[in-house]
Amino acid sequence: MKTFRIGGVHPAENKLSAGSPIREAALPKQAVFSMFQHIGAPAKPVVKKGDVVKVGTLLGEAGGFVSAPIYSSVSGKVSKVDVALDASDTRRMAVYVDVEGDEWEESIDRSDALVRLEDRPDLDAKTIVEKIKQAGIVGMGGATFPCHVKLCPPPGEKAECVIINAVECEPYLTADHSLMLEKADEILVGVALIMKAVGVERGYIGIENNKPDAIALMQEKVKAYPRIEVVPLKVQYPQGGEKQLIDAVIARQVPAPPAIPISVGAVVQNVGTAFAIYEAVMKNKPLISRIITVTGKSVKNPSNLLARLGTPFSQLIEECGGLPADTGKIIGGGPMMGKALISLDIPMTKGSSGLLIMNEKEARRAEPEPCIRCAKCVGACPMGLEPYLLAKISSQNMWDEAEKECIVSCIECGSCAFICPSHRPLLDNIRLGKSTVMGIIRERVAKK
Amino acid sequence: MNVILIAVIVLGVVGLVSALVLFLASKKFAVWEDPRIKQVSDFLPQANCGGCGYPGCSGFASACVKAAEGGSLSDLNCAPGGQAVMEQIAGILGLQASAAAPKVAVVRCQGTCDVRPHGVEFDGAHSCKVQNMTGMGETLCQYGCLGEGDCASVCLFGAITVNPATRIAEVDESKCTGCGACAKTCPRGIIELIPQGPKNRKVVVLCNNKDKGALATKECKVSCIGCGKCVKVCEKFEAITLGTNLAHIDPDKCKMCRKCEEACPRGAIKAFNFPPRKPKAEVPAAEAPKPTPKLEVVKETVQSEAPPTNKVETTKE
Repeated sequence: MKTFRIGGVHPAENKLSAGSPIREAALPKQAVFSMFQHIGAPAKPVVKKGDVVKVGTLLGEAGGFVSAPIYSSVSGKVSKVDVALDASDTRRMAVYVDVEGDEWEESIDRSDALVRLEDRPDLDAKTIVEKIKQAGIVGMGGATFPCHVKLCPPPGEKAECVIINAVECEPYLTADHSLMLEKADEILVGVALIMKAVGVERGYIGIENNKPDAIALMQEKVKAYPRIEVVPLKVQYPQGGEKQLIDAVIARQVPAPPAIPISVGAVVQNVGTAFAIYEAVMKNKPLISRIITVTGKSVKNPSNLLARLGTPFSQLIEECGGLPADTGKIIGGGPMMGKALISLDIPMTKGSSGLLIMNEKEARRAEPEPCIRCAKCVGACPMGLEPYLLAKISSQNMWDEAEKECIVSCIECGSCAFICPSHRPLLDNIRLGKSTVMGIIRERVAKK
Repeated sequence: MNVILIAVIVLGVVGLVSALVLFLASKKFAVWEDPRIKQVSDFLPQANCGGCGYPGCSGFASACVKAAEGGSLSDLNCAPGGQAVMEQIAGILGLQASAAAPKVAVVRCQGTCDVRPHGVEFDGAHSCKVQNMTGMGETLCQYGCLGEGDCASVCLFGAITVNPATRIAEVDESKCTGCGACAKTCPRGIIELIPQGPKNRKVVVLCNNKDKGALATKECKVSCIGCGKCVKVCEKFEAITLGTNLAHIDPDKCKMCRKCEEACPRGAIKAFNFPPRKPKAEVPAAEAPKPTPKLEVVKETVQSEAPPTNKVETTKE
């Protein structure tokens, strides 16, 4: 069975919420919409205190090309435009909406009827990309890169295939899995739309084989789409990384930055993004809700919730049986790449794929011990880097060295820290080095 | 016998030839170094702290000699050596040392555990830089001291330590040479170098919080809220300026009257090394409780009680 070539680890899967149907979460009393829900320029608020908004009303317009607009997911009144703590653990500009009722913008088609690509012959590539851009769709796997940017290849590059990322290699998370089981038809229309938008004839859906039901269902449904193929993959973390997935599915390697996936002819989109694209293009629905897995060993009902963006995490935890007494750490995202939250009032954003509640015992990190030069981190690194070295030179502020050792190629998957028998905080230091080196490179480019 | 003789002669000749080659090479490729560099270097403290901006003491010595050719040492200062060393250097180079006020580092944060509770615990790599990169840190103030001790680890003089009880870095003024290594390292820019002041006296705003007043009040009990009261009492000297919701005292203009310390409703301004104030019985009006500043109460901006022990950073399960 296919998988990527270099490195990788296999953490315990713990997919506790697998097979639990998608439940719609209740509306929050107050929704908070961060203007920083994507990579790139922040959105600019276009509403002010006292404005009445509906579901689907524009709250913030895109702040540049690499940016995305933000829409209200609730109806009510804007109570203020101020800073709010968000999942990145910093205070940033946000729009607060006090919820009243549930009124939707009339342009949104709320029916469940499936609209196929054949039903809409008027759609051409340009219209599709424009609609995606207007709907504020970003990469739903967690990276939150504005979707339309990936669909507009830079001059000189030509896409050859679309790869749909349905790997969900993060332990615990089952949001994409449940979406595939319940919205397979819509996802396939979404994939067809992406293929039309970038003008390719080949589409692949990569699914890890720990989701046999999803593979079987997608293989059944895909018979109606001769140009799309379902590719079952061997379970291996971090297969959901863009570069790893391209390697696993079409056996091509993306060179070091500044090369991007399109350089090898691949456009990768998450399965959740494909669904959001279907809703945006066919139903005129901007990105206002997403599936989020709320899970953890002590959580009463680990579930997959369809929640409106801006809902505070505290409410989502209530929906799943409340915060367990032995909570040690609450992580936004999965256990490998997610980030611990310092407050439960933080609202969910476009990139919130999961909410993991760890108990005290599993949350506690072991005390770091000296490096024993076992090179397990080198073997586990899916990018072929030397994590022990990168961590060391980063902690010693040797930025030139770090740049030479390709620290910017690190995808921050955490395999090195996971495998380290000395429990060294490798990724902490590498992240520090990576962000510093990237800053230095940006400065250098700006000077030129 | 013959063998020994031959060996001695051969080695002797080889030795002579080598000596000749080395002698000629040392003459031919000799690099002339200004002897004053060595003299200057001998006076330097040899701490190699880098506070002067040059790579170690010998680098500074060459810079001094080079600057002497330009006729002025005004841009150079050896912080650990202080004025005495600079005067000696100037003497060697036949110049006049310019008067440079000795500086000390101050940690502009008073957010101890009592006034700025640590709601969560950070269990990642123990480094301020790493913790700062992940976001807020353990408290709700994103500007305050992180207490992991990056500054203490770079101080060559043992002048700065993190107090385990308060989790705040503290400077020992008697040991601080003002080299500035800590100020350069602090990822939050809390440490500032200020002139030592007459009799070591100085008045400083001990806060780095740039949030709006309402938020700053929630984050820490001794935060500067940018109310501007200190600016008003200092109108005459104009030593205090208000930045982004944060007051700053210009040490060059400060007349050490300590009015601002009295005026600050938050206790964010502190005067160092002053004798205790005289009791103010004769001015009863000043004893009246100061009205608390009117603040716009912003609801639900920050959750006051964070979950017990969640920590920042990626973890493995």
